[in-house]
Amino acid sequence: MSESFDVRRWRPGPLLPKRDERDFALTFVVAVLCLLACLTALTAIAADRGARGWSRQLTGSATIVVRPKGAESPDAAAARAAETLAGLKGVTEARALAKADAEELLEPWIGREALLEDLPVPRLVTVELHPETPASAQSLDAALQAAGLDASVDDHSRWIGDIERSAALIRWAAIGVFILIAAAAAATIAFATRAGLAARRDVIEVLHLSGAKAPFIARLFQARFARMSAVAGLFGAAGAAMIGAGLRLAGGGAGLAPVLPLVWSDLAWLLPCPVIAALTAALAARGVAIRLTGELAG
Amino acid sequence: MRYGRAPETLKDIAFALPAGSFHFLTGPSGAGKSSLLKLIYLAHRASRGRVELFGRDVSTIRAADQPMIRRRIGVVFQEFRMLEHLSVFDNVALPLRIAGRKPDSYRNDIAELLAWVGLEKRMHALPATLSGGEKQRLGIARAVVNRPDLLLADEPTGNVDHEMALRILRLFVELNRMGTTVLIASHDDDLVAHARKSVLRLERGRLLAPPSASIGNRGGEL
Repeated sequence: MSESFDVRRWRPGPLLPKRDERDFALTFVVAVLCLLACLTALTAIAADRGARGWSRQLTGSATIVVRPKGAESPDAAAARAAETLAGLKGVTEARALAKADAEELLEPWIGREALLEDLPVPRLVTVELHPETPASAQSLDAALQAAGLDASVDDHSRWIGDIERSAALIRWAAIGVFILIAAAAAATIAFATRAGLAARRDVIEVLHLSGAKAPFIARLFQARFARMSAVAGLFGAAGAAMIGAGLRLAGGGAGLAPVLPLVWSDLAWLLPCPVIAALTAALAARGVAIRLTGELAG
Repeated sequence: MRYGRAPETLKDIAFALPAGSFHFLTGPSGAGKSSLLKLIYLAHRASRGRVELFGRDVSTIRAADQPMIRRRIGVVFQEFRMLEHLSVFDNVALPLRIAGRKPDSYRNDIAELLAWVGLEKRMHALPATLSGGEKQRLGIARAVVNRPDLLLADEPTGNVDHEMALRILRLFVELNRMGTTVLIASHDDDLVAHARKSVLRLERGRLLAPPSASIGNRGGEL
């Protein structure tokens, strides 16, 4: 073999050794961490959307309980109430529920047997409010009184506070968990990079004693570990995207579930994952290479 | 100089090596020969005192300034210190690559140098496949390839036969003639006697009274 060595065709070999099983283990760990971080990010995004949806649904509607007066039938009173409110500013739709619908709402609370023919079931009117300039409960009440109707307005204000607090809690909890997982992933990438680089201390020593400057050595290692982590980040993000797509398809239009609604564009949030993983590894590798070189410098 | 909290390995040493001089460093095992060389090639800092290289105080030199000093020093390590994944040819080329030289400017020089140390048939081999003597010669080739101002060699003939030892000595003498200051730590009394050069003798970390005029006042190149 040596006899065939052609000096004229010689090209300098790579200064770092080829990847070995330690590097593949590092790639696997980083890929798994990126997958977890991406899945947590998707969950946080879906939880945020879900929480906003609950608040929007509650603040965007009101329920009117109509009690008939005099000879007016309950259905007629409900229809009149709906007609009155439909034309009001800040109301997009007002719809009187039929008796059967109202009974259906009551059934879980009092049972089918109790729903006797002569039981005075109140009639309900559901009101959809304008999302930007919703009508207030007071204006609805005033309009109903002006129309001579005996009705009470429930604008869900009793629950909105609790629901919004719960939604905010869920949203921040999801964001918090994502930050923790992302920080843990970054710390593990940095730690694994340090371990991988410490295993190459012999190479650093030879380069250092041959007159290589710390930034020269750092560049070699940061490029190696950045590439490795970018590939791992790509696999992690792709895995999370496939899981996200699977859940979106399985859940129909609502995504995973109505509680955690996912849309296709959410998957775009996973795109920076390989870049962030690469930057984290590059910074860690650079820091460790410079520190190790500094230690060798005495 | 000391390692950690251990007792001082070297103490009360004062000497200067004029530019272009040639010296042997002798002494029993544990006398501090390797430690003195490490101090000079900046692998360790002196715990006290002052080390000057090329007219510059390197005892307090910044880490960032060390590489440019180190590029002027060729070192033959006792433990070889090769990049095991690179060929013999690549290992010798390493200091020149790090210095930013283009391959075309040195490939023929390396081939010639490897032929000189008897490794012309092992250019493509990996260090792990070399014998101890071959590794020794590879280390020497790498140390002298960039024609350093100062050559430090730690037992450079420890793993080679007498004939090769003399050949290596001739290489060092040739380099010395071209202006390189040479300091060789060696146990090989025959080689030291044969060379008839100045001898620095270390015992228990102290430099014995130098027998030659090359050791004495501070200043000079080293």
